[in-house]
Amino acid sequence: MSHLHNFLFGIYPYIALAIFFLGSLIRFDREQYSWKSDSSQMLRLRQLRLGSNLFHIGILFLFFGHAAGLLTPHQVYEAFGLSTPNKQMLAIISGGLAGLICLAGILILLCRRLCDARIRATSKPMDIFILLWILVTLLLGLISIFYSLQHKEGGVMLALGAWAQHIVTFRGGAAEFIVGVDAIYRIHLLFGMTLFVLFPFSRLVHVWSGFAATTYVTRAWQLVRPRG
Amino acid sequence: MKVRAQIAMVLNLDKCIGCHTCSVTCKNVWTSREGMEYAWFNNVESKPGIGYPKQWENQDVWNGGWKLKGDGKLEPRQGSRLKILANIFGNPNLPEIDDYYEPFTYDYQHLQKAPLSETPPTARPISAITGEKMDKIHWGPNWEDDLGGEFASRSRDKNFDNVQKEMHSTFENTFLMYLPRLCEHCLNPTCVASCPSGSIYKREEDGIVLVDQDKCRGWRMCVSGCPYKKIYFNWKSGKAEKCIFCYPRIEAGQPTVCSESCVGRIRYLGVILYDADRIEEAASVSDEKELYEAQLKIFLDPKDPEVIAAARAEGIPEAWLEAAVASPVYKMAIDWKIAFPLHPEYRTLPMVWYVPPLSPIQSAAESGQMGMNGIIPDTKSLRIPITYLANLLTGGKEKPIVTALDRLLAMRAYMRGKSVEGIPNTAALDQVGLSSAQADEMYRYLAIANYEDRFVIPSGHREEALNTFEEKSSCGFTFGNGCSDGVSKTTLFGNRKNAVPVDLSQLHAKKKTG
Repeated sequence: MSHLHNFLFGIYPYIALAIFFLGSLIRFDREQYSWKSDSSQMLRLRQLRLGSNLFHIGILFLFFGHAAGLLTPHQVYEAFGLSTPNKQMLAIISGGLAGLICLAGILILLCRRLCDARIRATSKPMDIFILLWILVTLLLGLISIFYSLQHKEGGVMLALGAWAQHIVTFRGGAAEFIVGVDAIYRIHLLFGMTLFVLFPFSRLVHVWSGFAATTYVTRAWQLVRPRG
Repeated sequence: MKVRAQIAMVLNLDKCIGCHTCSVTCKNVWTSREGMEYAWFNNVESKPGIGYPKQWENQDVWNGGWKLKGDGKLEPRQGSRLKILANIFGNPNLPEIDDYYEPFTYDYQHLQKAPLSETPPTARPISAITGEKMDKIHWGPNWEDDLGGEFASRSRDKNFDNVQKEMHSTFENTFLMYLPRLCEHCLNPTCVASCPSGSIYKREEDGIVLVDQDKCRGWRMCVSGCPYKKIYFNWKSGKAEKCIFCYPRIEAGQPTVCSESCVGRIRYLGVILYDADRIEEAASVSDEKELYEAQLKIFLDPKDPEVIAAARAEGIPEAWLEAAVASPVYKMAIDWKIAFPLHPEYRTLPMVWYVPPLSPIQSAAESGQMGMNGIIPDTKSLRIPITYLANLLTGGKEKPIVTALDRLLAMRAYMRGKSVEGIPNTAALDQVGLSSAQADEMYRYLAIANYEDRFVIPSGHREEALNTFEEKSSCGFTFGNGCSDGVSKTTLFGNRKNAVPVDLSQLHAKKKTG
């Protein structure tokens, strides 16, 4: 195991998570006015609803799919009668479908952002960069499906899961689990982890608020506040 | 009974001349910034017309306001909380900027710099969004001014429901009125109810509805929730902005900019006390035609000792209780019943009310083209159809509108008798149920419209109010972040930008020297 590998998969995840959490916290505390979804719907309705819905539904499924798939100990699946090869197939099919939905959405959004004069003129460089970054990460993930199909027994999946579980539970030696896996998975991991690094510095911070907005379901209709 | 106070407004449409001074002064102060060029916190529409944004009154298109569910409960017309959340990725009811207009300026430079040519140079329009030249301007903030455009287009006006509008298409039978519009600062605002992040709120002290700019996340549900389309999405900052009822001025006891600058003196500001416990009840009346009167019923009499005691218990300052007694809004809306809410059928319980226009009616009556109803002219054969006014102001109920117009006419007949013939025409007043004291007061408030009568605004107890003039074209009302547009020019850990853009002590020093 090279030092670089150890750094990228043993230490970089913690750097990324630290930037993700602390960066979000600091931005929320200090620059809350900049904390927003930055919607461009009002400038151009066309394509936005379709593209945005496909993209968000796809990426939310992928996010929760990755979280559940990687972080749930595989003994739990087996206890429910889901064998490792079957679990991998489930992940490939559902993740592949969600990935394609997300891909369709992001392509519509990217096309709109780059080709529509109004959206292009009002885009910040980071808006375009983050879309491209997600697109590349997504494409890497989709390409990795073809590699996964070549080893259907699920060993790579277990290795990736063990890596993720060791990372989030602060156990050392996580990087060793993925020494031998195909480069495509590792590149996908790097792009994915870097997304967490970029998160506090981009419009992605609205994801936090999106989850927070679910509290709206139980809120009273009207709000009255005394003058500040 | 839970007494709350609100600064409410009445606009006397009878005297509005459509000069747009209110709109322009408002824009100069509050929305002359990038991202808000297209937004008019106050605008004046020519009626009939489809308005700004296009067809805003047609809730079949925009789904603004509230609806009554089968169980008699209120729900925003755009959907339940779950549906609003489900639409968060793409709001199906959001207007596009073209429904307002694409903001533009002109290439004035070209007039100076164009080389010598056969034809005079032109200044082509330039989009304020893209900075590119526009081929043609298709719509603007006041495209239908003074009945501009063909009747077929402006007659899409929703208030023509149940009116035989073809009759009014001919030049001889056409009619025109102006409708200045601003945020209604509703008692039951749908914008507040629609906001998933809870950033919009109604202020307890004065009822002003505000968007917390720090908490707004740009989910856009308030824009579609508001049936008056008076919440604007700032495309530069990504935040929702709205009329703030000039709260820095109101807090200092001054009228809003639109009211202060109105050359026709049509605007009135005053305190209304209302029962906050009965808001839901008033907004849930099943018959749309009864909503106006239901709202009237939750307004409280400021002279009633029981109300005063309850208001004191809520901590409403004495100055506000005194102002409520002298409130011009109370007189017009409740005493004389000549002011009405704009589209009560949206169930938002709006607090900016309107006196229906009369002038074109009387000039027709005087030239003998109208029937008389006893002593005063017959309001039923007016140039502006009563049904149209009722659709605009009372949810379609015509009787209150007729009564109000009759009262306005009777007051004129009474005063005419008093000043021309020397004999007050009390018969006219008897016919509409007014006392001569009331008619004298109506005359003073409506015709003379003294500054002190129009604006009875108790100041908020804030010791220092900002000099709002110095805020012009600065960063508007962004708090905490100074003038930040969200692009941080320093490092994340660098110096924080000054939260307060104006140094008060220096301001005072400047005043003294200047």
